[in-house]
Amino acid sequence: METRTKIYQNIYQDSVALMRISATISDMPGIEQASGLMGTTTNLDLLLESGLLDARPNTKPSDLLFVIKGKPEALDDAFTAAEIALAPKESSESSGGVKRLAPTSLLGALEEAPMANLALISTPGEFAAAEAMKALRAGLNVLLFSDNISVEQEIILKKYAAEKSLLFMGPDCGTAIISGVPLAFANVVRQGNIGIIGASGTGIQQVSSLIDQLGSGVSHAIGTGGHDLSKEVGGLTMLAGIHALANDPQTKVITLISKPPAKEVADKVLAAASKTGKPIVVNFLGADASQIKGPHITAASTLEEAAHRAVALDKGEAADFTSAGPDDLGINERSKIIARTIKSPQRYLRGLYTGGTFCYEAQLLLQNHLSDICSNGPVGNAQKMTSPFRSEGHTVIDLGDDVFTRGKPHPMIDPTPRNERILQEANDPETAVILLDVVLGYGSHDDPAGELAKTIGAARTSLKGSGPAYIASICGTVNDPQNLADQKAKLEAEGVTLCASNAEAVILALQVVKRSQQ
Amino acid sequence: MKNIISDPLNVINVGLAKFADPFVAHSVPVISCQWQPPAGGVAETAWQLAQITNNPIVEAANEIAFSRYLEANPILTGVGTAVDSIPGMGSKQILHSGPPVAWRDMCGPQQGAIIGAILFEGWSSTAEDAQKLAKNGDIELTPAQHLNAVGPMAGIISPSMPVWIVKNEMLGNLTYCNFNEGLGKVLRFGAYSDDVLNRLRWMADVLAPVLQEAVEIMGGLELKPLMASALHMGDEVHNRNAAATSLFFRKLAPAALQGSADKAQISEALSFIAGNDHFFLNLSMAACKSMLDAASGVENSSMVTVMARNGVQFGIRISAFPDRWFVTEAPLVEGLFFPGYTGADAAPDLGDSAITETAGVGGFAMAASPAIVQFVGGDVAQAVENSRKMQRITLGRNSAFTLPMLDFAGTAAGIDIRKVVDTGILPIINTGIAHKDAGVGQIGAGLTAAPLECFTQALRALYYNLNT
Repeated sequence: METRTKIYQNIYQDSVALMRISATISDMPGIEQASGLMGTTTNLDLLLESGLLDARPNTKPSDLLFVIKGKPEALDDAFTAAEIALAPKESSESSGGVKRLAPTSLLGALEEAPMANLALISTPGEFAAAEAMKALRAGLNVLLFSDNISVEQEIILKKYAAEKSLLFMGPDCGTAIISGVPLAFANVVRQGNIGIIGASGTGIQQVSSLIDQLGSGVSHAIGTGGHDLSKEVGGLTMLAGIHALANDPQTKVITLISKPPAKEVADKVLAAASKTGKPIVVNFLGADASQIKGPHITAASTLEEAAHRAVALDKGEAADFTSAGPDDLGINERSKIIARTIKSPQRYLRGLYTGGTFCYEAQLLLQNHLSDICSNGPVGNAQKMTSPFRSEGHTVIDLGDDVFTRGKPHPMIDPTPRNERILQEANDPETAVILLDVVLGYGSHDDPAGELAKTIGAARTSLKGSGPAYIASICGTVNDPQNLADQKAKLEAEGVTLCASNAEAVILALQVVKRSQQ
Repeated sequence: MKNIISDPLNVINVGLAKFADPFVAHSVPVISCQWQPPAGGVAETAWQLAQITNNPIVEAANEIAFSRYLEANPILTGVGTAVDSIPGMGSKQILHSGPPVAWRDMCGPQQGAIIGAILFEGWSSTAEDAQKLAKNGDIELTPAQHLNAVGPMAGIISPSMPVWIVKNEMLGNLTYCNFNEGLGKVLRFGAYSDDVLNRLRWMADVLAPVLQEAVEIMGGLELKPLMASALHMGDEVHNRNAAATSLFFRKLAPAALQGSADKAQISEALSFIAGNDHFFLNLSMAACKSMLDAASGVENSSMVTVMARNGVQFGIRISAFPDRWFVTEAPLVEGLFFPGYTGADAAPDLGDSAITETAGVGGFAMAASPAIVQFVGGDVAQAVENSRKMQRITLGRNSAFTLPMLDFAGTAAGIDIRKVVDTGILPIINTGIAHKDAGVGQIGAGLTAAPLECFTQALRALYYNLNT
């Protein structure tokens, strides 16, 4: 160890700056201690006391003194570093501080954007209610994408929103379209006269996309979240949505989408809808159609039917479209052709869905025609699967279920898990038809049909050209980032039979399976 | 009323960044925030916080508290002996910094300083006896803040010590602070050697009368303009008081020279002040305390009125609860050390001087004093950023204290516990570092931050007050 002292004349450095430089030098390899000080008597005393110096050097208070103790071979580098640090510096570009700090909280963001009128919240569920409450209290409308909010919190939030005449969409609201702008998982849909209020994200996506495909447009699509029409919540958001669309001059027709609500909630919602005086199309998936009635109200039994009937009402035509049933001639012709590719023992339907509402609708449509359906989310007469990872008989699976998505992205975002499942089902000699949905729009994967086509191609190759039939519907529009036409072409090139809607795809798949069993 | 059905969308995106894409594609204004879990990740507290944000009762209370703080005009009106000047101070009482703490739990410097004060008062003649006296509970130990007083580091004020007397002209409230002894071996770092005691005696016998008379001749001194000038001269009036001390000296010297004291004593007094860059600190603290006491006691106000440390615990008080402390373990200070010392020698954060940050100067005015940020190896831009960051946790700005580096914007002032808990941005404090053993003195300086736990405790208390 060696201690070396250097004196620099007429350099002034603030003691703080010197401490900082000293700390840096002390950390250099081979250096035990470094100390830079102005040569005042007090400072020299300090150096003597600390034992770094044993004799008082001859310095003036204006001299800068650097004392470094360390291995002899390390000292030169240490002094060079010290001298570089002591040299006067150019002021850094950001001095004077024009650097802008990004806001780290919702209220911080609001301070920067005081004109904001909507908060889109997708934080982890345990904090989401708090973020939503802050947004409401700051006078913002809210779309709460996050789920796992308690019913108590949902009610507090919705009552507060109602009191302040703010629109609160959610919790667990995956889809909305406001003035043509898609929010979260939503499609780019032409602007028009049809307003939608839906408790189901994929339900809204199916109806809004079909409306676009049929040449009409959507004014606004409001998502309520899945629990809104429960007895506890009482349809607070749906009622607020009806009120908003009633007052919206752009909206000429209103479409309501939900699973069957609690009876008293349904009554309240239908009464409020009737009162708007605007034509109302109601699809309470699986509800008894005779219960859906009232002035201006038209019931629809599928999402497809809801879209068609809303478009008809918008165009001033008769709202009499009915989704194809098993007796439909066109369906039967198509099923005959597909069934030729099916050989014994292929006899089962396997529905692999990314959209929960499509899975739900499929079971409703199948329940009166197939007696032994299994699902991980059974509806009607369907049975709960023994294991969601193994299909038995006719099986319809919601791959967006928690059991598949825990700690993983949703299959609409990452198609890998469904593609793996397709291979598994294709290799099952009993699989006759694989029924699929493809959901486009913002939020979804960039090229879901492309990924799907690759998988189906791989399955066919490994089975040497045989294997099940593939029937799919694509939910989307030509203006979606993925482009409906491109996505269709990719699946058709792999021999996938495409249907205009999920309802149609389900019935076609049903008929193919029935033929395979004859 | 903000209506998204009738008016064009304008969005704040909180959470998944990807959700901003469609807005950008459709030319809808969108601002994304780099969201972090609030309330230190405790969901229940986050929910309580949400329910008291934009609460009309709290907002109205804060408006009152904050305007009292802004309007306060602290004036140095005199110098007196603690026991005669501070209402409620007993003749066998010693005031200390930070939240309440028992003798046995006190940190080394605070114990040392109390021993020194006992010797100074002549209640014991040896350190051993003084220690026994303190241990037996014969001396009443009280946080200075309970009696509207503050003190840096150990913050010791004993009955015969001289104190500054500062009066808020607007409300008439009085605050007190002891005198600054300089650097090195001093009582506030727990030293009680003969030099230290002799200096204290000289301060009481010579310095105090000279200053008392000078203040009288000046007819009082407005402290805010002086602090404001110092902020334009490189001080942040907590860790740097070189400019403020000079400005004070300029006001004081002519008045002192007119005093009746012996010329040699006046000369000694002025030399003492001229030789201590930190002399103004204690006046800065008394002034800050004055402004914050004015804001204290407004029911349901979430404004912080005290941040203080005793070397063991860090405590805050808020306007709504003027008599309650919200405390947690005192943090260690991140900083640079004098030659021969390391972090292992340091006492945890200590002293009432964080009253300066509470009042919007010190760490909150770091942009005024870029050199301070170098304590943690930062640069000028970082000093500016720190001052800006503090704007996110305060009720407003104090236009009496402007920052040239921020285009003369007022300093961030009036810490709102709700904003601290929401953003997780902690109030920055510039501070000296004391050796953990009594009497060694200052061994470094650096930056620390007020711990979040104090703010979440205060938030829960305010929530219950509003909801029960």
